[in-house]
Amino acid sequence: MCGIAGLFSKSPEVSESLGRHLGDMLLQLGDRGPDSAGVAIYRNPAPSGSCKVTLHSPTPGYDWNGVQVALAEAFGAGDAEVRASHSVVMVDTEADSAVAWLRERYPELRVMSAGEAIEIYKEAGHPADFLERFSFSELSGSHALGHTRMATESKVTTDGSHPFSTGLDLCLVHNGSLSNHNRLRERLRAEGIEFQTENDSEVAAGYLTWRMREGASLEQALEGCLEDLDGFYTFAVGTVDGFAVLRDPIACKPAVMAETEGWVAMASEYRAIATLPGADEARMWEPEPGQVYSWERAAVA
Amino acid sequence: MTAGQVPSGGPGGASPPGRITEVDLATTPLRELNQALHAPDVAGSWRVTNPRGAHAVAVGIDAPVEVDIEGHVGYYCAGMNKQAAVRVHGNAGVGLAENIMSGTVVVDGNTSQSAGATGRGGLLIVNGDASARCGISMKGVDIVVRGSVGHMSAFMAQKGRLVVCGDAGDALGDSIYEARLYVRGEVAGLGADCVEKEMREEHVAELGELLERAETGLEASEFRRFGSARRLYNFDIDHAGEY
Repeated sequence: MCGIAGLFSKSPEVSESLGRHLGDMLLQLGDRGPDSAGVAIYRNPAPSGSCKVTLHSPTPGYDWNGVQVALAEAFGAGDAEVRASHSVVMVDTEADSAVAWLRERYPELRVMSAGEAIEIYKEAGHPADFLERFSFSELSGSHALGHTRMATESKVTTDGSHPFSTGLDLCLVHNGSLSNHNRLRERLRAEGIEFQTENDSEVAAGYLTWRMREGASLEQALEGCLEDLDGFYTFAVGTVDGFAVLRDPIACKPAVMAETEGWVAMASEYRAIATLPGADEARMWEPEPGQVYSWERAAVA
Repeated sequence: MTAGQVPSGGPGGASPPGRITEVDLATTPLRELNQALHAPDVAGSWRVTNPRGAHAVAVGIDAPVEVDIEGHVGYYCAGMNKQAAVRVHGNAGVGLAENIMSGTVVVDGNTSQSAGATGRGGLLIVNGDASARCGISMKGVDIVVRGSVGHMSAFMAQKGRLVVCGDAGDALGDSIYEARLYVRGEVAGLGADCVEKEMREEHVAELGELLERAETGLEASEFRRFGSARRLYNFDIDHAGEY
C-alpha cells in the first residue's frame, strides 16, 4: 500500500514548522504504511564550495565524533548533527569527493544523501515512533517529502525504506510496485549504477539517476519511466528547489494535490493534507495519469 | 446535540423526524456516527462536520434519512447506501457510493476514482469531475456527472445509466454489457465493444428525466449515446484480440 506526502513551503510560517507539518501528514498515513518511515527535508543549505552529507550507521552509539574529526582534517567540516541512527555533516569540498572519501574510509556507513540542502532520514518501524526518535517536528526547511511503507517486494529494513537518493539533492518516494525491476536492475548495473537491496523502488531511483547522468532533465527522466517501468506507481521526487510528481498511465495508486498561498502539498490521501493550515480552503485536484507535475522555488518566487 | 452523544437508536435515543442531529467528527468517533445511522429507528436529518478526509463516512445506511457532510471525505463515503439522501459539501475520495442500492448521493465538488462502483440502484450526482473508473461494473445505478470523467469509466458496466455532461477519458465503456452511456462533450476513446448508438425517443426521454433530477439545466439533445456492440457476449476466436 504505502503512503507518500510532499510539502513545499511558500511562506516563512510554514517553513519554520515544516517538520511538524510533514510529520502530521505522515501520522495520517501511518496505517497505509506501518512498517517503515522516512523523510527527505531540504534545509540549511551548505555554503558554496561545501556540501552536506547524511550518514547512517546501524550501530547504536556509533562514534560520529570520530568521523567528523577525520572529515575536518581531510577537508574541513562543521559539527556533526546526530539524529537517532543518522548524522548530518557539512564538509568543505564538493559532494562527489566527500562521498567517495567516506565510502573508502568508512565502508560500514551508508551515505543516505549528499548535496547542498538535502537530508534523508529513514528507519524500519511505525511512522509515529520514527518521528519521535528523530525529533523531526523541530526541523524547519523549504520543502520535504515523506513515506510510510507497507513492504510488498522486499524486506523491511532501513535500506529498503524510502526515500531513495537518486543523485545530489535528489530523492524518490514511491507508492506502488514494479514488476520488471529485476531485469532493469541488471541493465542499470551494466551501466555502472549501484544497488544495495532487492527493492523495486530502488531500481526506479537508479533509473532516474542513470537517465539524468546521461543528460536527461528530471522531467525527461520521469517521462522515460512511462516507457521503461512496468508496474504501478505514484512517484514524488525531491529536488534542491522543489518537487515533482508522476502517476503511472493507468493511475493505479492514489494521489491528491492541493495548494494555498502558504504551501503546495501532495499526498496519497486528502486526510494527510487536511492537517495543514488552511486546507479547507485549498485549491485541490487529482493529478492526471502519466503527466509530470513539478514545482520549483523560482516558479513561485 | 453535544459531542460524543450520538443517539443510540434505542428507546428514547432516536432522533425524531424534522430534527437536525449534529455530529462533529473532530470530537465524535466515526464508528459512533455510523452505528447511530444504522439504528433500526434512525430518522430525520443529520449534519456531519469536520470529516477531514475520513474513510467510510455514512456507509451502510438503510433508512430514509438526510445526511449532509460539511467538508471533504476520504474513501468509500456513503457506500452501500439504501434509501438515504447523502450530500457531501466538498470533495470525495476513492469509491464514493460504492455498491449504492437506492437513495441519492450527491457530491458538490470532485470525486476520485471508482465513484458508484458496482452500484445496483439509486442516483449518484457528481457536481464536479469524477476521475478514473467512474461507474466501474455498475449494475443498475444512475450516475450523473456535471463535469468530466476519467479513463476506464463504465468498465464492464452491466446496467444503469451514466450521464457525463463534460468529457469522457480514454477507454469509455470497455467490455460494457447493457448499461447506457450519455456524453455531452468529447470522448477521448471508446473501450473494447463500446460503440456510439442512435438516440431514439426513449433515450431522449430517460436522459431528459435524469438531467432534470440532477438539476443540470441541460437538454438531452446535446448528448450522444454509447453502449455495447454485443460482440463480446459469446466467445469468438476472431475477437480474442479484443479482450
